[in-house]
Amino acid sequence: MDQAITAEPERVRIHLSARAAGPGAQAVDKADGAEQSVAQNNWREELAQASREVFEIMVGASLTVASEPVPLLVPDFAAMVGIAGSLCGLVSVRTTTECARRIAAKMLGDDEVGAAEAAQDAFGEVCNMIAGSFKGRISGLADACALSVPTVIFGRDFTLFSLARGEHHEVTFEFEGNLLCVSLDLHS
Amino acid sequence: MKPARVLIVDDSSVMRKIVGRSLRQAGLDVLQVLEASNGSEALSLARENPLDLILSDINMPLMDGLEFVRQLRCIESAQQTPVVMITTEAGEAHVVQALSLGASGYIRKPFTPEQIKERVIPLLRG
Repeated sequence: MDQAITAEPERVRIHLSARAAGPGAQAVDKADGAEQSVAQNNWREELAQASREVFEIMVGASLTVASEPVPLLVPDFAAMVGIAGSLCGLVSVRTTTECARRIAAKMLGDDEVGAAEAAQDAFGEVCNMIAGSFKGRISGLADACALSVPTVIFGRDFTLFSLARGEHHEVTFEFEGNLLCVSLDLHS
Repeated sequence: MKPARVLIVDDSSVMRKIVGRSLRQAGLDVLQVLEASNGSEALSLARENPLDLILSDINMPLMDGLEFVRQLRCIESAQQTPVVMITTEAGEAHVVQALSLGASGYIRKPFTPEQIKERVIPLLRG
């Protein structure tokens, strides 16, 4: 996954694009039927199910979709994983530092609350597993796409800008009183 | 079953801890857990330590899990050591490739302790 981070006055914009790379890259041309299957999917629902699965199994907690109108989330913690192959795009998860630390604590056990490094690591892995689970749910996509290594950003006042410039799908969840937003940007 | 020396290979320290915990929850008598954050580190540890079991991620920097398994099988003392891949890359092509390079099993992330028990413990008995 290519990344370009450019500083603007008091803001950071992060531009991301995904290309075939890594150990799965040789598989990306193999799925002839993948594109047809891809077109028939409900991306938002698959993304929501993948997110719920990861949280139930690895975090030991349930996610509930935030009720409308969805409250405003001002994230200062984000993780991203690029998808490249028959489907190109970006899976990102955004939340607050407090929520990311809570997720890490639940994954590791409550005695390890507070480790900032663990929160970055855990949040990147959560995003990685959501992207992997999402990919595995789409018929023909598991072998037709590769995932990038996760990237984690934290700090205030940043904008995620995906170069995919295609469809955008997003689900906002409530997790133990915190908001957590999972999104998918597809290449047009 | 004798107490096991286990090597866990993952670039995420959180995942290494979770895998180690899952092994204990699965009932494995763990004598020692060694950790590596990529395939290259894991190869060094495998050369220097007798191991009963290796669990490895695939997508890692420096050396990925597939290349690690390929090179591991060239180390005489590690040719029979069970290696289970634990990864988000669960496509059939990845599974076939890992098994053909010498992996003994495959577990998809996210995973439960029950899956670890079902797929790892039999390898130590066999």
